[in-house]
Amino acid sequence: MIERRKLLGSAAALAAAPLLARPALAQGAALKIGMITSLSGPGAYLGQDIRDGFALAMEVDSGKLGGTPVQLLVEDDALKPGQGKQIAERFMKNEKVRLLTGIVFSNVLGAAVPDVLDAGGIYVSPNASPSNMAGKECHPNFWSVAWQNDSLHEAAGQAARNLGYKKVFVLAPNYQAGKDAITGFKRKYALPVAGEIYTRLDQTDYAAEMAQIRAAQPDAIYQFHPGGLGIAFLKQYVQAGLSQSIPMVLSSPSMDYNTMMAVGEAAVGITVTAHWNSDFDNAANRGFLAAFQAKYNRMPTYYAEQGYDTALAIGAALRGTKGQVDDTEAFRKAMMPAKFESPRGRFAFGPNQHPVCDWFMLKVQKNGDGKLALVTQPGKVLENYGDAHSAQCKF
Amino acid sequence: MALLLEQLLNGVQLGVMLFLLAAGLTLVFGIMGVINLAHGSLYMVGAFASAFVAAQTGSFLLALLAGLAAAALCGMAVEYVVLRRLYARDHLDQVLATFGLILFFNQGMVLLFGRQPLFVDIPPLLQGAVEIIPGVPYPAYRIAIIGVGLLVGLGLWFLLQKTRVGMLVRAGATHRDMVRALGVDVRLLYTLVFGLGALLAGLAGLMAGPIFSVQVGMGEQILIQTFVVIVIGGLGSVRGAVAGALLVGLVDTLLRAFLPATLRSVMQGADADALASGLASMGIYVLMALVLLVRPRGLFPAHA
Repeated sequence: MIERRKLLGSAAALAAAPLLARPALAQGAALKIGMITSLSGPGAYLGQDIRDGFALAMEVDSGKLGGTPVQLLVEDDALKPGQGKQIAERFMKNEKVRLLTGIVFSNVLGAAVPDVLDAGGIYVSPNASPSNMAGKECHPNFWSVAWQNDSLHEAAGQAARNLGYKKVFVLAPNYQAGKDAITGFKRKYALPVAGEIYTRLDQTDYAAEMAQIRAAQPDAIYQFHPGGLGIAFLKQYVQAGLSQSIPMVLSSPSMDYNTMMAVGEAAVGITVTAHWNSDFDNAANRGFLAAFQAKYNRMPTYYAEQGYDTALAIGAALRGTKGQVDDTEAFRKAMMPAKFESPRGRFAFGPNQHPVCDWFMLKVQKNGDGKLALVTQPGKVLENYGDAHSAQCKF
Repeated sequence: MALLLEQLLNGVQLGVMLFLLAAGLTLVFGIMGVINLAHGSLYMVGAFASAFVAAQTGSFLLALLAGLAAAALCGMAVEYVVLRRLYARDHLDQVLATFGLILFFNQGMVLLFGRQPLFVDIPPLLQGAVEIIPGVPYPAYRIAIIGVGLLVGLGLWFLLQKTRVGMLVRAGATHRDMVRALGVDVRLLYTLVFGLGALLAGLAGLMAGPIFSVQVGMGEQILIQTFVVIVIGGLGSVRGAVAGALLVGLVDTLLRAFLPATLRSVMQGADADALASGLASMGIYVLMALVLLVRPRGLFPAHA
């Protein structure tokens, strides 16, 4: 019995070893940045790419951001709002972290971030940016480096309109970001939709929805299903024989590089709107792609680009404040000009501290060598675009 | 009419999927009295093993065998290493240990395969759609799933009711000590039953690969519905698992399919959609509550 206990104990220690052995990223009085992100469950690769993109920017700057040595603390929220909230408290109280980032999902953000802001901390979002935080409840210490949730889908709505689809059927999961998605899409599409379905966030089978789409006979469909949900949806859409007759217009969360590879050739021809794509031809993007692939040996998704941008934006602010984050007003002044080269090209902060950037149309195509690729189409869907909630934001 | 038929088939297909998972879970509970939360992990192991082998060899037969073998072997190993020590302990200990196994398997899969979902294609033979009635194409793969589920159901019935092993299993479920006293190696029997349950979970996992997303944590998504199925059917009863799975599959699918349109005919579009999706997600839990009100031990309790 004792032997077995010992054995189990050592096995547990072995499992924990990678965590313990993780080298401190900087020595001495490094500035602690707390990252709460989703590393397990259906959203795991999203959080992984955000973390890896952020860490890449630190490594390129040899463990520093904007000249300040930083230490990145990473914790997994497992897509559970309660867990995200606990981690935020632990970071703030035990580790005395003043600067937090990392959350992938809006429902986790809604639970964890208000406490951070109330306690005087700063939160810089690499992904989730719900509409309330961009409008009425905007906060001087809340920043989004990704986009505002609606903007993702407004771009898709604009693209569907530009492509001349008259009857679009829309679907999204029944949670805050899903509702934002459909609202955003409809705002720019501006025509009546052929039908609207809210799916479940834990749904795996979409057969019932496929039959309803077929019965409605739309010109095109728009669906927002991030990560694994989208993979299941797309596979079942193709298997139901709908992909040949009804084209799909998507926003980037429903078709990133990983989704495309998991769906396979069935994805060819799908239209996607995005703020960044791996084929963008600018120096910052070429550098980012090369460094990411060299370090991680895989293609980055746009989540990685956002993690990278977040680190760069924080770095630019830290350069201005000489590494201080306690004076939030000084941090705000230094952050606002967004003095960094983003792989997405044009990047600025709007008055509500959310990004203003360009939106593009991509298509899934087969390359000359038979590989699938997201290819940026000429022209811009939305230019220099912020979000629809900025006017309601009064600090 | 055509739409109703299509949705009924969809419901049966979801039910079959749930049945394959529920059958193993309920067998293990009925016979060994163990609540195995890690059942979803075995489903994931089946899906990953077959996806990996299919990608490496391109052979669907090999992928099928690999998925089944991996899940069954994993299941038996888990029984031998962990669960065997927990039969005499109470359910809370079992829940804790098997919850730990979920974390272990999930992290193991992350180490082996990474966090990116894997690509799985449908076997060429089952690609495309079949017109069950003119004008309604139905995916051939889903029809195959229904077929496999029916075969497995029949096979299980035959195994449990008509064979010597089945007799021992049934006897072990009701009179464990008596069977042991008669000289039957109950421990081996338990390992085999657990392996069979794992095999069925692996089968569900590898069939789910081409239609769902093969990724870490896929087991937990479907496990909750599986528990609803066995509670409705009656803990420990395979017959109950069949009935519960079909009920849950049909109720879930039909509510999602027809509730929005029904509500839209009596109220505003946007409100109707929001209310319908809310009600549809509650559907199976309401069903469970109703069944428990009328029959507190489920539809077909194992030890009536």
